[in-house]
Formats: sequence, C-alpha cells, structure tokens
Amino acid sequence: MKKSMGQKIFLAFNYAFLSLAGLLCLLPFINLLAVSLSSSSAVAAGSVSFVPKEFTLSSYQFVLHSSKFITAFFISLKRVLLGVGLNMILMICTAYPLSKGKKQLFAKPVYTWYFVITMLIGGGLIPTYLVIVKLRLIDTIWSLVLPGALPVYNMIILMNFFKSTPEELEEAAQIDGAGVWTTLWKVVLPISKPGLATVALFCIVSHWNSWFDGLIYMNNPRHYPLQSYLQTLVINPEQMLRISGGDYTKILAMVNARTGRAAQLFLGALPILMVYPFLQKYFSGGLLMGSVKG
Amino acid sequence: MKKKNMAEKLKRQLPLHLMLLPGVIFTFLFAYIPLYGIIIAFEDYNPLMGFSSPWVGLKHFRYVFGLPGFVNTIRNTLYIAVCKMAGGIVVPVTFALLLNEVANKTYKRGLQTLIYLPNFLSWVIVAGLLLDILSADGIVNTVLGFAGIEPIFFLGDKTWFPIVMILSDIWKGFGFGTVVYLAALTGIDPTLYEAAKVDGAKRWKQTLYITLPGIAPTVILMSVLSLGNVLNAGFDQIYNLYSPLVYETGDIIDTFVYRLGIEQAQYSPAAAVGIFKSGVSFVLIVLAYYLADKLADYHIF
Repeated sequence: MKKSMGQKIFLAFNYAFLSLAGLLCLLPFINLLAVSLSSSSAVAAGSVSFVPKEFTLSSYQFVLHSSKFITAFFISLKRVLLGVGLNMILMICTAYPLSKGKKQLFAKPVYTWYFVITMLIGGGLIPTYLVIVKLRLIDTIWSLVLPGALPVYNMIILMNFFKSTPEELEEAAQIDGAGVWTTLWKVVLPISKPGLATVALFCIVSHWNSWFDGLIYMNNPRHYPLQSYLQTLVINPEQMLRISGGDYTKILAMVNARTGRAAQLFLGALPILMVYPFLQKYFSGGLLMGSVKG
Repeated sequence: MKKKNMAEKLKRQLPLHLMLLPGVIFTFLFAYIPLYGIIIAFEDYNPLMGFSSPWVGLKHFRYVFGLPGFVNTIRNTLYIAVCKMAGGIVVPVTFALLLNEVANKTYKRGLQTLIYLPNFLSWVIVAGLLLDILSADGIVNTVLGFAGIEPIFFLGDKTWFPIVMILSDIWKGFGFGTVVYLAALTGIDPTLYEAAKVDGAKRWKQTLYITLPGIAPTVILMSVLSLGNVLNAGFDQIYNLYSPLVYETGDIIDTFVYRLGIEQAQYSPAAAVGIFKSGVSFVLIVLAYYLADKLADYHIF
C-alpha cells in the first residue's frame, strides 16, 4: 500500500522521537561509565561527556582495593543466595496448597485472606523495626532475609501458575501411589519451571536492590550489603577517600569522589545488567500471569 | 460412615496444611505482630514494656499534627505522588501508541529493551546517577552551559526539586508501563482494523475509534491500581536525593516518619504518623480493588 505524504512525515517524526527517548534512557549510563573511566582531572574540568577522557582504570583498581566494597559485595551475594532460597521454599510451600480447590483444601479462603490482608495493610516502619529488635536480629544477616521471607505478591503469581498446570498429571501420579510431597517434587515443579524462573528472578532483583533494611537493621556499617553501602556513598561521596593511605597513594592521584563513585555505582548495577536479558524474557509473561483469574 | 469419610479426607489433606505452616508462621511473626504493634501510637512506648506500654490515647496524634512542617509534608506528598501517577499513565500510553506504529520488529524490541532497563535498577544506583549528571560540573549543566544558561543547582533548589523527582520517577518507570500497554495493544482484534479500512477510515480515525477503546480497560485498571499510592511519593527516591535545603517542597510523610522514628527514636509519634498513612492507604486500596473489579473485571486471586 502506498503511504501518503502525511503518513511519511508522521513516521519520520515518530522514529526520531522514539530514538531520542531511547537515547535519553541510555546516555546517562554511558556518561556514568565514561566518568568512571576518566581521570579525576578531566572529570573535574567538566569535559567528560560520553567518551572517557584520559582513559584510566584507576577508579576500578581503587574500588577493588577497597575492602569495604568487597565485603559489602559478598554480603549482598550471601543475602541473595540465602534470601532467594528461603523465598522459593516458602513460596512453593504456600502457593501449592493454595492452588488447590476448596474441596481439596479445608479452610482455603481463610488461608488466602490471611496472606492477602498483609498486602493491603501492614504495621509500617516503626513497629516492624521494633519486632526485629525484639527478636534480636539486629546486626545479623537474618534481619535482611527473614522479614520478607514470603513475598505474597510473587507467591500469588506462582499460585496462578500452579493453577494453570494440568490437573490430570497430578491425579495420575496420585493413582500411582505418590504422596503430596512426591507429586509436588516430581510432577508439579518440573512442569512449572517458567513460573519458578519468573518469581526467582523477581526475588533476586528485589534482594539485590534492597538497601533500606540494611541501613536500619545493621548498626555496624561493616555488615552493610552492597546497596546500603552504596547509599552511604551516594549521600557522602567524600568519605570513601578517607582510607589510610599506604600503597593507594598512586591510585588516589587519579581518582576523585566522582570517578570513584561512578565506578562503584556501575559495578553495583552490573549484576542486574547481567540478569536483565533473562528478566526481560520472563517479566512481561509473569506480569500477565499475575492477572490470570482463578 | 460420613464421619469416617471426613476424618479420612482431613488425613489426606494433612500434608497440604503442614506445607502451609511455615508461611503462616513467618507471616504471623513479620506481618501480624508488627500490625498489632501499631498500638504503640496510642501508648508512651517504653522498650522494657514493649507493645503493652502505658495507654495515652490520642496524645501523639495531637503532638504530630501540631509539629511545624508536618501538614506541609502531607501537601508535598500529595502533590508529588499525584503528578507521578498522572505522568506514569500518560507517558507510557503515549509511548505504547507511538511504538505500535513502528513496523520494524527489531527496532521495536530494541527500544523496549532500552527504556525498560532503568526500572530494574535500585533507587540508590539511579540516585547516584542523577547526583552525578545533575551536579554543578555534570553533563546536564555542561550542556546548558553551551546554551548560555547558568548552572542550575537542581537538587538544592526548592522549585526544581519536586520537578526533578517527578520527571526522574517517570523516566525510571515508563518502560514498564509501555510494555504493559503494548501487550494490551497486541490483544486488539486485527479484523477490527481491516473492517475499518474497508469502511475507508484513516489511521487517525482507527486510533481514535479502535485502538484507544481497545486499551481503555488496561488504562483504567492500571490507574485504579495506582490509587493506593496517593500517599506514596517515593521514599527510596526522595530519601536518597533530598537535603534540608529542600524540606519545604521535598519533605514527604515517609521521610518525616523516618527522621522522627529512626533518627530521633520517637517511636510512638512516628507510629502515629504511620497509622494515619496506612489508614488512608488502606481505604484507597480497598476502593481501588472494588473499582478494578467493577470497571475492569479484575481480581488479584
């Protein structure tokens, strides 16, 4: 079909506008990367745009020498492994029974409301904090993984996924004498891999990105996960340069608060950038899954 | 006979109930006990006595509402949150409509990937990014300098601060909404467009009479579901970017509670603000779900 003049103009304008918006999402990150790869003097002169000036890896060398960054990075890693593991166990154990019909699970509506109410109303910051204090979880990794151990929204997504799996397979297994646990482990979970992957990715991102709980539940900054540590850095970039000199002096000559911060922010975002392709694949699917009616 | 049946049924169900037990316990510990803990808003909290401290009624509510600046935080919260909600609908819908006109699949997918990315980064990272590009010697002021504009102190200026908050929030989140609306657009029956073409309707008319009504339910649904956020102006974002310089226009309820409760350890007054906020939010969320059910036939479970 031939396009009219008006349509051509519209399309040209449309492509231009959309590309501009795309650039607007990409350029800040390129700028940050360029800053992290430039020398401190070039950055201070304000001449760094999207290409590194006086290219140097000093900022990254500095970060990898910084024990605070490394410690925080490993705390975050530990948190993700422990937290997501716990999330998965609790979500599966909760979502599976709730995916059953009213006849198969006595008091199902009571259970469902018990969990859903917590999405609608909560105690808020202060009472939650006081409970964590009372349970003596302050300054332990458990304060980061136990309070959100059962993410209800993700659990509902998983529940809807379980509901959509064919009932016949489970019935066949049960006729063959498999108990509830065997059926779940050998039949339901293997066919639910896409659903499990979706919620697992959500949980990984959420644990990796959490910073506020680390900030309030850890009295000792040495126990901060990476995002909490980065938060203190964002608020006060100068503090990271206050490390007892020694053999850093040579590196420090090339680093300032801005380049050092840029390098650490970039490294902090890197794991997310690495799982991003998988996220994209599952995310819109998971989103629609959540709205499937029961 | 019937009794035996019942007992047998329960026995068969037992593993399912056992499976639910850990979730029930965790939820009780970390959701229901804190929920009960809001009672300290009506008490003079004493660490030794915990949640059964001496009852003082509405004392802390009166105190908090009398604090200088508190009513101002409500106004700031409403202003920032409502602007974010409005922008968070208009911008993604516009983008989805424009992106839908693009025929090149690779371009379409590539652009979605790009605009969707900031959504997955934490506000700490994005705040650090904003601090860098908006600083006096950052890229934005450098570009403005070429146009002969004096450097603007975006995050320290009380006029600019809320604007930056609203725009950067829309920037971070619009990719997500765009993907949702694009999914809704692909769900529109293509035969409708063909029928319209046969009737001689131009592209513009097709958009107006087929596309827009086609995604209207999704737009209504997303708007209604965001209603519960009227008092959520975005703690993660504002806490990482604000400073006393911009309290007048940038301080919101959540940052106020944080300073009062965690920094000054005034647990009871902070919990009182918390109750006020969750009370209003609860009413709005219930209303939102009721409306979502009526208008868009949406149920979360």
